[in-house]
Amino acid sequence: MDLNVLREVIMVLGLAAFCGVVWWAYGPSRRERFERAAISILEEDTREQATRSAMAEGEHTRKG
Amino acid sequence: METTYNYKVVRQFAIMTVIWGIVGMLVGVFIAAQLIWPELNVASFLSYGRLRPLHTNAVIFAFGGCALFATSYYCVQRTCQARLFCDKLAAFTFWGWQLVIVLAAVTLPLGITSSKEYAELEWPIDVLIALVWVAYAVVFFGTIVKRKTPHIYVANWFFGAFIITVAVLHLVNSAALPVSFWKSYSAYAGVQDAMVQWWYGHNAVGFFLTAGFLGMMYYFIPKQADRPVYSYRLSVVHFWALIFTYMWAGPHHLHYTALPDWAQSLGMLFSLILLAPSWGGMINGIMTLSGAWDKLRTDPILKFLITSLSFYGMSTFEGPMMSIKTVNALSHYTDWTVGHVHSGALGWVAMVSIGCLYYVIPRMYGRTEMYSTRLITLHFWVSTIGVVLYIAAMWIAGVMQGLMWRAVNPDGTLTYTFVESVKATYPFYTIRLLGGLVFFSGMLIMAYNVWKTAAGSRACDEAPIPQLAPAPAH
Repeated sequence: MDLNVLREVIMVLGLAAFCGVVWWAYGPSRRERFERAAISILEEDTREQATRSAMAEGEHTRKG
Repeated sequence: METTYNYKVVRQFAIMTVIWGIVGMLVGVFIAAQLIWPELNVASFLSYGRLRPLHTNAVIFAFGGCALFATSYYCVQRTCQARLFCDKLAAFTFWGWQLVIVLAAVTLPLGITSSKEYAELEWPIDVLIALVWVAYAVVFFGTIVKRKTPHIYVANWFFGAFIITVAVLHLVNSAALPVSFWKSYSAYAGVQDAMVQWWYGHNAVGFFLTAGFLGMMYYFIPKQADRPVYSYRLSVVHFWALIFTYMWAGPHHLHYTALPDWAQSLGMLFSLILLAPSWGGMINGIMTLSGAWDKLRTDPILKFLITSLSFYGMSTFEGPMMSIKTVNALSHYTDWTVGHVHSGALGWVAMVSIGCLYYVIPRMYGRTEMYSTRLITLHFWVSTIGVVLYIAAMWIAGVMQGLMWRAVNPDGTLTYTFVESVKATYPFYTIRLLGGLVFFSGMLIMAYNVWKTAAGSRACDEAPIPQLAPAPAH
């Protein structure tokens, strides 16, 4: 087989893989999931505050 | 059930980042001075040829490496809401990595080197690096496996790709035949050796100095700006496009050498393609501030992070341009390359690390802010001026050298001798030293700020893991 055929196949596969990634990333059915992932790291802070105050409250109740 | 994060190892790496940054940049300042005053080559172990690899290893693997360990351990715990997998192994990565750095600091000045750029360390140290790296991978991916969150956040994809790829690069490029405890010969010969070396070398740039730091970008910019990343879907395309393309760019280090011409062209082409994912990621990071640009006025940490992305954009435009063969014919072997590297290393890698450290370090001491925000602002301006002085001097010097070396008289003889180009470079070496000194002084400001932050509070080795959010009401 001509080496150039292999090169062409690899190029086409590379392009197809790229198009696949773009399709997967921008597919409408995954939109909400990705938006949730993006926001997830920011929600952690409010939860952390809640955890800290809950712990403080727990200590308070124990002491009382 | 585990209820706390392991902050101890994060704090250790974060503090050592500052210390190794100072050490590595001090060596850089010293060798920059040696280029102006060769009299400073006072002893063999303090000579330029031995200190230069010490400088590169110290800033890349000690400063950059510790920053990557600290931020990846912090990010993976917080985003997975799980404590690091295996505390003992995490501690081993810290002490093992410090031992690697100390061994490098001893062997390189002694002239013990494999002579492969950015992979100079001899085989016994390479074995230790491999062990530490496998432990790093186990700790990182172990934490991913035990995560409490459904999704693996994009920053962890970048950190994970960095860890896996560096393992592969290190194992392949360090393959060698030992002839004694401190001497080995590469497993490859001739042009294959050169190609393996620069496949390693450029991917060290792409994965050690880029992918990991993009992980920092995707976590710390949204956190500091308190806004989600501009486009999460773009970050997915960014990730796959970047890691696929970087792999093939290495041959641009070997233009006009014995490397086959087709391989040179392939390297050039992939380097040009690399512009797209690089800028896609850069824009994604910067646009995270869209609608909140006013934060840049008041928040020096965001100044560091966003300016680092501007330098990233500049150097990832410059890089593809320099990989074009005809441009490379002018730029190769000149100080232009040195300017390019430092626009990436100081402007991007160091500044994004510094910004992230100013976020992480106070949290390691139970605070949310550093001792002094004004000192962060001062550090920001000092760093920016230092980088600009440095890279502008090297750009001008590099283009001048390239033009002088290729200039020919009508009869075909060279217009300039090599030493004339050296002489013409002196003023720029002085500006470069000044820029380096200015940047270095910024690290001292940082060290003072970190010291005061640590001195006023108690180190917190453990931090509570936030409870998972209650299920949404709908």
